[in-house]
Amino acid sequence: MKIKFPKWFYQLASPRWFYDITSKLLPWFAIAALLLMVIGSVWGLAFAPADYQQGNSFRIIYIHVPTAILAQSCYMLMAIAGGIGLIWKIKVAHVIAKSCAPIGASMAVLALVTGAIWGKPTWGAWWVWDARLTSMLVLFFLYIGVIALTSAFEHIASGDKAAAVLALVGIVNIPIIKYSVEWWNTLHQGATFKVTEKPAMPSEMWIPLLIMIIGFYCFFAVLLMSRARTEVLRRESKTDWVKLLVERY
Amino acid sequence: MGHFASFSDFLQMGKHGLYVWLSYGIGLIVIIYNIWSVYWDRRQFFRQAKRRLKREKRSV
Amino acid sequence: MSFFLAALRRDLLLTFRRRNDIINPLAFFLMVGVLFPLGVSPEASLLAQLAPGVVWVAALLASLLSVDGIFRSDFDDGSLEHMLVSPRSLLLLVLAKVTTHWLISGFCLALVSPVLALMLFLPNEGFAPLVFSLLLGTPTLSLIGAIGAALTVGLRKGGILISLLVLPLYIPVLIFGASSVQAGSIGLPIQGYLALLAAMLVLSIVLAPFAIVAALKISVRS
Repeated sequence: MKIKFPKWFYQLASPRWFYDITSKLLPWFAIAALLLMVIGSVWGLAFAPADYQQGNSFRIIYIHVPTAILAQSCYMLMAIAGGIGLIWKIKVAHVIAKSCAPIGASMAVLALVTGAIWGKPTWGAWWVWDARLTSMLVLFFLYIGVIALTSAFEHIASGDKAAAVLALVGIVNIPIIKYSVEWWNTLHQGATFKVTEKPAMPSEMWIPLLIMIIGFYCFFAVLLMSRARTEVLRRESKTDWVKLLVERY
Repeated sequence: MGHFASFSDFLQMGKHGLYVWLSYGIGLIVIIYNIWSVYWDRRQFFRQAKRRLKREKRSV
Repeated sequence: MSFFLAALRRDLLLTFRRRNDIINPLAFFLMVGVLFPLGVSPEASLLAQLAPGVVWVAALLASLLSVDGIFRSDFDDGSLEHMLVSPRSLLLLVLAKVTTHWLISGFCLALVSPVLALMLFLPNEGFAPLVFSLLLGTPTLSLIGAIGAALTVGLRKGGILISLLVLPLYIPVLIFGASSVQAGSIGLPIQGYLALLAAMLVLSIVLAPFAIVAALKISVRS
């Protein structure tokens, strides 16, 4: 395959270059994440109007939706990074894929828990087999599989490749799982009122939501970069530049 | 302030205070856990690497 | 094609030498099914409602239980390594192994399933959908399961790990399989469900072998 990529693509393959560039990017993303998440949650909690049907419990949306979106895109990123690592044998891509898994899993847990808490005032039960919650639960299981597989291999490179294959298999399956769960849900529950369906929102409601989503993405970038940096150090621990860093620590 | 008439209204959130604050509380815990685990992981690496480096120097 | 048949013959022969490998999944299937009346209630109307799901879940677990063995013995005695370096088509070889697994698990389970369905009071209209949905659905389970088996064959603690990897991927097959039996047992048409199961089977026949081969290469080289 002869595809020409821009220069940064090849530079990304160098662990040291990755380590240096992320150290410059990290503070900016951290500041952005902090500002956006504080503004978004204060706006969402105190200033956004209450939903006419759900009252104030609707304010959970400002955590639930961003984490749910993040959990899904994190899996996408993990599979794509794993695929890049498999095809072009780029070490940093595997590092990123490995760092994605625990973050994505924790976001899926948060989306599940907030969804369940949201369900209590609206459905009167802590858990309802709602299509979105069920798909999120399956996504969480997929994360668990990837994490378990990565850690089962003693040889790091094999664990990386195996996890990448599994993540790619998962990404093919996610749309099928989503579709089948949605179909199963309509079959068994009839037309229940879905809280987690985004209602038609006025701008005072969705602007803070948008801010929270971008904020969570920035926060995810911060976590991903810092996790990947430590992983890079761990894998490059025999090189001189890492030894120098360790001595200075 | 904002949508609510008073601070106690804000805390009560209609009848849904428990659910809203529980969600945000758990959200905060998960966020803090993530930050802490990154920090802990990094410190762990440097400690181990330092120890290993010292051992190597002694054996040389 | 002749290579595929030769590989299939070899694997089937090896399996028939170990009869337990054929009987164990079937016995497991029946035992899991029997746990439900004991654990829930022997009442006929309740069991009839549960039957489609219970039989499907039991079949899924029985198939999962035996999937670990697909590549295990070839890996242990080193013949898998030879197969990977041989110039023959790996995809066909893998398909032969998966077919063998399906013949001893899914196919036999589909044949035995009416017995369990009878004990669980599945309505008469549900029997044909049950057998057909199992015949169409279990090959997909074998193909997906083989990906998990290939990923974990190099590891000592494969068993529970495979379930973690594979069970979430089984969900669509379970949903459409069990729903087809449910629909069939109340007299609704089931062609749509069977078509969906067939579509998933075609998709997994096309895609899964590539994943299995990639996974085997990773496992053998580690």
